[in-house]
Amino acid sequence: MIISVASGKGGTGKTTVAASLASVKDNCVYIDCDVEEPNGHLLLNPKIDFEEKVYKKLPQIDYNKCDFCGKCVEVCEFNALINLKFEIILFEEMCHWCGSCKYFCPAKAITDREKEIGVLRCGSVNEHLIFADGILKIGEISSVPLIKELKKKVIKEKINIIDSPPGTSCAMIESVKDSDFCILVTESTPFGLSDLKIAADVLNEIGIPFGVIINKYKPEFKEMENYLNDNMMDILLKIPFDRKIAEDYSKGILPVFNNNELKNAFAGLINNLKTTKVPEKTDV
Amino acid sequence: MLNDMNEGKAKNKSGKIAVTSTGGSMDALVSEQFGRCQYFLIVDPETMKFEAVSNLGEQMQSGAGPKAAELIIGKGAAVLLTGHVGDKAEEALKRGGVKIINGLKGTVKIKDAINNYLSKKTEQ
Amino acid sequence: MFDKSYKQIVILSGKGGTGKTTFSSSLAAILNNKIVIDCDVDAANLFLILKHEVISTFDYYGGKKALINQTKCTECGLCQGLCSFDAISNFTVDQLSCEGCGFCYRICPFEAVIFKQIVSGKYYECLLPDNSKFYYAKLYAGEGNSGKLVSELKRKALENIPPEIEWVIVDGPPGVGCPVNASAAAADYVVIVTEPTLSGVHDLKRLTELLNTFKINAGIVINKYDLNMDLTSQIFKYAGNNGLPVIGTIPFDKEFMNALINGENIVEVNENIREIMYSIRNQIEQQLELAFN
Repeated sequence: MIISVASGKGGTGKTTVAASLASVKDNCVYIDCDVEEPNGHLLLNPKIDFEEKVYKKLPQIDYNKCDFCGKCVEVCEFNALINLKFEIILFEEMCHWCGSCKYFCPAKAITDREKEIGVLRCGSVNEHLIFADGILKIGEISSVPLIKELKKKVIKEKINIIDSPPGTSCAMIESVKDSDFCILVTESTPFGLSDLKIAADVLNEIGIPFGVIINKYKPEFKEMENYLNDNMMDILLKIPFDRKIAEDYSKGILPVFNNNELKNAFAGLINNLKTTKVPEKTDV
Repeated sequence: MLNDMNEGKAKNKSGKIAVTSTGGSMDALVSEQFGRCQYFLIVDPETMKFEAVSNLGEQMQSGAGPKAAELIIGKGAAVLLTGHVGDKAEEALKRGGVKIINGLKGTVKIKDAINNYLSKKTEQ
Repeated sequence: MFDKSYKQIVILSGKGGTGKTTFSSSLAAILNNKIVIDCDVDAANLFLILKHEVISTFDYYGGKKALINQTKCTECGLCQGLCSFDAISNFTVDQLSCEGCGFCYRICPFEAVIFKQIVSGKYYECLLPDNSKFYYAKLYAGEGNSGKLVSELKRKALENIPPEIEWVIVDGPPGVGCPVNASAAAADYVVIVTEPTLSGVHDLKRLTELLNTFKINAGIVINKYDLNMDLTSQIFKYAGNNGLPVIGTIPFDKEFMNALINGENIVEVNENIREIMYSIRNQIEQQLELAFN
């Protein structure tokens, strides 16, 4: 099964939750799709066995054939190409490589070339936990192609924990797509609640069942629970605001290793998901 | 020889001045934005005749800056007067041989911006 | 033509999480005859702090998306094979995967693909309790950040501006990209809110480089300055070397979080912070006068 962990806002403790979930059960795969700021490896200390480069395609213009007719510029919806009549300038980071310019060029002057956008790293934390993450090159705007490659590391027979990027961008949607269940991590502040609502809307739209973990839980902030109750969203876990957890985190120690209660709570959570959520989905 | 050719291509002989504008006349105020300004006034400094070109980049989701550069290069601009130019547009303008004069304020009328530029130029 | 009567203050931060939005709301609270614009359209948060009433809602048309007209589609499958984003299956376009390249629209032999701009967000005109106008926007999920929306929002806010308005306060987006360019355009003064952390200092430098190209007056506010005095003095030094005044320092205070949870504005409940904000306002006024004389 595939469980993704997401959060509307950065800094809520999403990676800690994802890494903890992957650590409390055997037979897990942890995949860090937050390729702009991969942090899971800092908490899990995996041994990396191999790396793979990931490429995106870009148009390559053959000026021996190009007559500056401007068709490629006209069909580029992203304005990644401009025509100066003596040169076609390509703004590499704006190109989504849809292939339109190549297809429509009357002079057949456009071919494609590859550009490295990042690397995938694969390895393991121990015999129970397989690890994969990706690192996007600085300046690349779209992490989607890298995330698509990363998701090929899912092993169907195992429990796959996908650590999604924060926010509700295309990268987040790409990461959580095809999950059996998504865990949204939020915190007890108005900002946390506002961003949670947006993330919940997205998951409803894509049709992924989800539940909520409230991190840095403060009972005084009642609006959070009122919202979750009114909208019949499950609260999977409340993790209290605890100095010990914050201190452990700053040292790169997963709180589940020092806190049995938390460890059992995470393990119970996965067991529940395995028994209840997946059969529901096969009914559909 | 090859260098000469490239330069010849990139340089616009007409010497027209492009100004980012909020309206279609010489009395309009300067727009501080380049890629997303409403109009470009393309002015011939010899005759002070001008052409007002509405900027489609205003409506573009992405790439408004480079697209605007393409437009004014196509119109034969050699100089651009504006508030601020983004990185990508700057690269395109440089490759197209357009000199960028930035830092203009939105409180200045187009005709004053042009006269100011021309008088400074003759001082040098 | 007119001389604009107001001064536009744009608040920027480079990095997220420095307290830019809280600062903007505090500054808004102590200025009169103002308009407030939240240009942080990716993560609009100012509306959570400023009590407001929405008076008009506008649709924002961003990028285009493809849609297949089933009555014209002959199920030839040409578009499915060519879509680089695997967004077409069973002769329908998955709207979340479609990146709006228009390839399918251009190649369809039966003109069965509709390709048009879609509503990708909304923006709002609101009233604050003192009857000031407040503008903010929300992008729909999956839509990329956009200088276009920022430009549109600012244009809406600044059209037909009444002559009694003295201040326009713009809460800018984080980062140094296109939305920042669009936010800072036409600013009279930029306040850079930074914090004494390594990433805060790093982003401060990138932002000042960007602002140099704008030729706008700017000043620095160091938020949570007492968290790391070493880095705070580094920021002072950097500011001095670059001719940027430090116009205020704000201490780390738990009351910020409590005020946030209670839905209060920090300047209304904390006298110390209120005094600091008054002093920052005076600094801004002085700097603006210097610039105009």
